[in-house]
Amino acid sequence: MRIAAPETSDLYIPTKRPFSFRRWFLDTGWRHLIGVVMLVFCSFPLLYVLSASLHPGGTLITANGLFSEVNLGSYQTLFDLPQQPYAAWYGNTLLIGTITSVCTVFLGALAAYSFSRMRFAGRRAGLLMLVLVQMFPQLLAVVAIFLLLNGISDIFPMIGLDSQIGLIMVYLGGALGVNTYLMYGFFNTIPASIDEAAKIDGAGHARIFFTIILRLVAPILAVVGLLSFVGTTNEFVIASIVLITPEKQTLAVGLYQFVSQEFSSNYSVFAAGAVLAALPVMALFLWLQKYIVGGLTAGSVK
Amino acid sequence: MTTTGTEQGEAPVTPRGDGPGESPVVQTSRSKRAARVAEAASVGVKTLLVKIALLSIVDAIGVYALMVLFLKQDWVVFGAVLVVTAVVNWIYFSRYKLPAKYLAPGLIFLLIFQIFVVGYSGYIAFTNYGTGHNSTKQDAITSLIVSSQQRVPDSPTFDLTVLEKLGTFSFLVTDPDGTVSVGSTDVPLTPVTNAEVDDAGKAVGLSGYTPLKFNDIVSNQEAIAAISVPLSDDPNDGTLRTPDGSSAYLYLSDLVYDEAAGTMTNTTTSTVYVDNGKTGSFVAADGTELLPGWKVEVGLANFAKAFGSESIRGPLISVTIWTFAFALLSVLTTFGLGLFLAIVFNNMKMRGRNFYRVVLILPYAFPAFLSALVWAGMLNPQFGFVNQVLFGGAEIPWLTNEWLAKFSIIFVNLWLGFPYMFLVCTGALQSIPEEIQEAATVDGARPGQVFRLIKLPLLLVSVAPLLISSFAFNFNNFNLIYMLTNGGPRDVTAGVNVGATDILISMVYKVAFVGASRDYGLASAFSIIIFLLVALVSIISFKQTKALEELN
Repeated sequence: MRIAAPETSDLYIPTKRPFSFRRWFLDTGWRHLIGVVMLVFCSFPLLYVLSASLHPGGTLITANGLFSEVNLGSYQTLFDLPQQPYAAWYGNTLLIGTITSVCTVFLGALAAYSFSRMRFAGRRAGLLMLVLVQMFPQLLAVVAIFLLLNGISDIFPMIGLDSQIGLIMVYLGGALGVNTYLMYGFFNTIPASIDEAAKIDGAGHARIFFTIILRLVAPILAVVGLLSFVGTTNEFVIASIVLITPEKQTLAVGLYQFVSQEFSSNYSVFAAGAVLAALPVMALFLWLQKYIVGGLTAGSVK
Repeated sequence: MTTTGTEQGEAPVTPRGDGPGESPVVQTSRSKRAARVAEAASVGVKTLLVKIALLSIVDAIGVYALMVLFLKQDWVVFGAVLVVTAVVNWIYFSRYKLPAKYLAPGLIFLLIFQIFVVGYSGYIAFTNYGTGHNSTKQDAITSLIVSSQQRVPDSPTFDLTVLEKLGTFSFLVTDPDGTVSVGSTDVPLTPVTNAEVDDAGKAVGLSGYTPLKFNDIVSNQEAIAAISVPLSDDPNDGTLRTPDGSSAYLYLSDLVYDEAAGTMTNTTTSTVYVDNGKTGSFVAADGTELLPGWKVEVGLANFAKAFGSESIRGPLISVTIWTFAFALLSVLTTFGLGLFLAIVFNNMKMRGRNFYRVVLILPYAFPAFLSALVWAGMLNPQFGFVNQVLFGGAEIPWLTNEWLAKFSIIFVNLWLGFPYMFLVCTGALQSIPEEIQEAATVDGARPGQVFRLIKLPLLLVSVAPLLISSFAFNFNNFNLIYMLTNGGPRDVTAGVNVGATDILISMVYKVAFVGASRDYGLASAFSIIIFLLVALVSIISFKQTKALEELN
């Protein structure tokens, strides 16, 4: 009410109030102060690892001199390590992550479609089961997964221990549990009249699903695909017990072992590996952040 | 879509049994069937071809698996594969079962790699599976006998040709009396008649196999020296081994297995080792155990060990308490900071909000395992940035002192986790209608009251399920613990490999996979304990939030 003035009045001359730092600070300035503090807090570790990676031959102690040297030598060394096939790790991570996330999205969408659009015996029980399964992540049964794959490799070495196909299959075991409920909520927001109109026009259920519904739910597919990709990239427990040969391992397993072998001495090479490993994930994240924010809150705010 | 027109035209025809007065909306079983026929008929030729192609791939894999399993005589898995393949075919060739068609692919993976493995964990928890108890009794007997074999001093010399077939080596052996036989590590010697024999009477080739040349023998020296071919099915008869690749000698073991009595006797010391039926190994009267043993069901022994033995019960209890404390503190700290920042930046007049939001997402976008490794470097006591630069060279044991390590873990998790809470809280705050706030202000509420009495309860209603799942996630936040402190500092008094900052899941991993002695049975028993705890927490929390009642 303080500054409200009828702008239509001809007599009123809108004078620009003199800038008052105090008022600005109390209104929004302190928010910027907090913002800057958070900026340092959030970005410092990232800048630290970036600067460490630009210091060839650097150790932990030289990494403390931020950006004292800028040189891409460590990135070259990274690809020449005989014991640590970084390029293979990188390729494996991208490959396993992509296949897993695509299949996860597909399996989850199939299940969500049937839960959302069809009525069948056991539907409610099925939804209930999915909610409950979410509470028990796969890594709790890591010992049993290891022994199961161990048993499988006696019969089918192709999909047993030390096989990336086996690992992807294990990850797909978690496909329904984690994501279907999120997708189910989103599928429900697509009006059923769209399906019905298509049905009247002669489309079968498969055509409706693949050509109509999947396009309408694209945002949630992007979110689930991204979360699954990030989750697979970060996954260490199962990958570390399934993949044994260094050439087959993923970044999480490989970089962890690299660090635990020669942490402080060869830090710049690790830092270079970390920067490269983070690039695709961060790029995807920032690119899709609009969808992610929507997807995260879709689960909570109905 | 060729037949669509006619079939669909027929579908709505009122079934004969219906009276003229009946409403067409009422679905009789016949009209439902007609609708299904129409649905099935509307499938195009292309779709049908794709479906048949996919199913034939599945069936080809299934049949291949069945053949392999049949040869291996593994009947349990054979039955399982047969049932799964049959069910898949039944579902997809059926005209009905539409929901099943959509659910089956994901459900098969879910059943094997999530539901079955939980049950399997339950089974392993009741066995002594682990280092030294890895396989069956028969395997253990064979490997005990083979490992204690020595060359018989007056062994006859067997002329030998090493054969190769599909990457595995076999021995083609000519006895001193001229009998020719062939065998490998897995297949005992069996006489053959069609071998090629050279002038000296030595068998040098066999159809279907490639005899190794001298160069091949030299380049595969170690592999060939490791081969031991059993003389017969009875491991007590001994095996043939070769030191040079051209002649083989009989090796016999100190240990003799008496199948009738089920005992293992050392012929040199004449000690008798008895299978006592409990520990899954041969044990002498004085308690010495022959290893490897085999896998047996041990009943509740693993749970008795976990709760009964002082050196494990103590760590187990403290790890459980820390797991709960860590998960709870993680949720509270990240939610607190996230909510605070959401309120701070939820001001329309503020400029650059989008910029700040992108910056705040950075820790969330950076892969979590890398964050933990980077922080582990920064918190390194001697060389890390925090001690060297921020604390001017002090050697503060951030990761090696019990309490500082716990603090560091909560702190790093705050860095990792607050962006998520910030995003969630921002979304929830923005979804609260502006009118509510205006109404409260008109009624005379101060800004603090508006927040505490109106916004916060509304916010909590919408984010409560996410707080619960965040708790569940942190309850098993293996990566952070393992990468940052590796569970350390280690508790040296504990009977298992466990440290002050270990949570339950990292303890399971360490017991099962880290170090020379792996104890799958005990690790599974711990997993079962986690299952029960998680189930308890979820029952309580679901009762509180009534989330399940909203399912429809």
